[in-house]
Amino acid sequence: MVSLSITSGADAGLLARALRGIMPDLLRRIAEQADPAAFRELYQAYGPRVKAYMMRRGADAATAEDLAQETLLTVWRRASLYTEGKGSASTWIFAIARNLRIDRLRREVPWQELPEGRLEQAGSETPPDEVVAEKERQVRVRAALATLPPEQQAVVALSYLEGLSHSEIAHRLRVPVGTIKSRMRIAYQKIRLALEDLQ
Amino acid sequence: MTITHHLDDATLMSFAAGALPEGLAAVAAAHVALCRRCRREVAALDRVGAALVADLSPARLDRPEPAAPASSGRGARGHEPTDPLARLLGGGLDGIRWRWIGPGVWHCPLPLAGEGTLNLIKAAPGRAVPEHGHAGSELTLVLGGTLRDVTGIYARGDVADLDEEIAHQPFAGDEADCVCLVASEKPAQFRGLLARLMRPWHGM
Repeated sequence: MVSLSITSGADAGLLARALRGIMPDLLRRIAEQADPAAFRELYQAYGPRVKAYMMRRGADAATAEDLAQETLLTVWRRASLYTEGKGSASTWIFAIARNLRIDRLRREVPWQELPEGRLEQAGSETPPDEVVAEKERQVRVRAALATLPPEQQAVVALSYLEGLSHSEIAHRLRVPVGTIKSRMRIAYQKIRLALEDLQ
Repeated sequence: MTITHHLDDATLMSFAAGALPEGLAAVAAAHVALCRRCRREVAALDRVGAALVADLSPARLDRPEPAAPASSGRGARGHEPTDPLARLLGGGLDGIRWRWIGPGVWHCPLPLAGEGTLNLIKAAPGRAVPEHGHAGSELTLVLGGTLRDVTGIYARGDVADLDEEIAHQPFAGDEADCVCLVASEKPAQFRGLLARLMRPWHGM
């Protein structure tokens, strides 16, 4: 079966909250001052999880570490394009890692845009209340994920972490594709509901 | 442009997860580029990925962190977000080299590295737009003209993301050629296609 540990109150949650606090600051130091110390901190905070993400997809440890390095170096190069509040730093890093994984491990074209590509007005300052709202959205997404029943969590994790398509998940879990899709729809509706008043 | 037919929620989530088969991902990206609503949805779904990755047990790093290049090279190239339609169509719809596949129907296969198929299809007014078989998921995005079937009228930007069990026979609207981008999870099955192509649309 699929192991998925979404913790709402334990260590991982605390760590994630701490990361959220320091990340925007690190990205600012990288974007504005090209500060190598900030890059080192960012790499130490995020490298191990991006490596774990790449390994979930079946990359060996050395390849996964290469891809983790490349993900964070992309952050270094593109930090000036990041706008706080248009999606958190960790969301941006996830999108970069996801696209690299498709490009390198699947050897396919990553069609998904990075969140920066969705900016409606590039270069505009993000209002402070939007930064707060974005933090709240992440908390709500995490909470919504934690309350999903196991069979919905499994479908979400197989999709995001192992990169399996609907039919691959159906094959893995030996249930019809239609069942996979409806579990995913329900999971999504719960997440959407949790964010409803913050859109 | 008012888009009324969107990607299914399960398709959107799989797209944000980076888990859609490549052809379907290309069509989904082209729809998302045209559709503000689905863009917002994908932005929300990217947060799910961030939360799941943050909760992974960290892997041990075997090497020191890489040296950051001296110049951070503001906005350097690499993994550029590019307009998926521009990437797919190059010079636009006028530059497509169409191949005749039946009366009033042309196609242009687009290359994929992964499994499945991706085709541009053009159908003259009233002609049936071929489906590429019912094995696996299929996405159809209208780029020009209109597409009609029992589930409604699809105009530019609308996407037909229908469950396999829904039998539908789409036709080009009467006013102009219909151009669609069609992705199929499984290899194309052209069996019975010509028979269907010979049948003009008589209204539904």
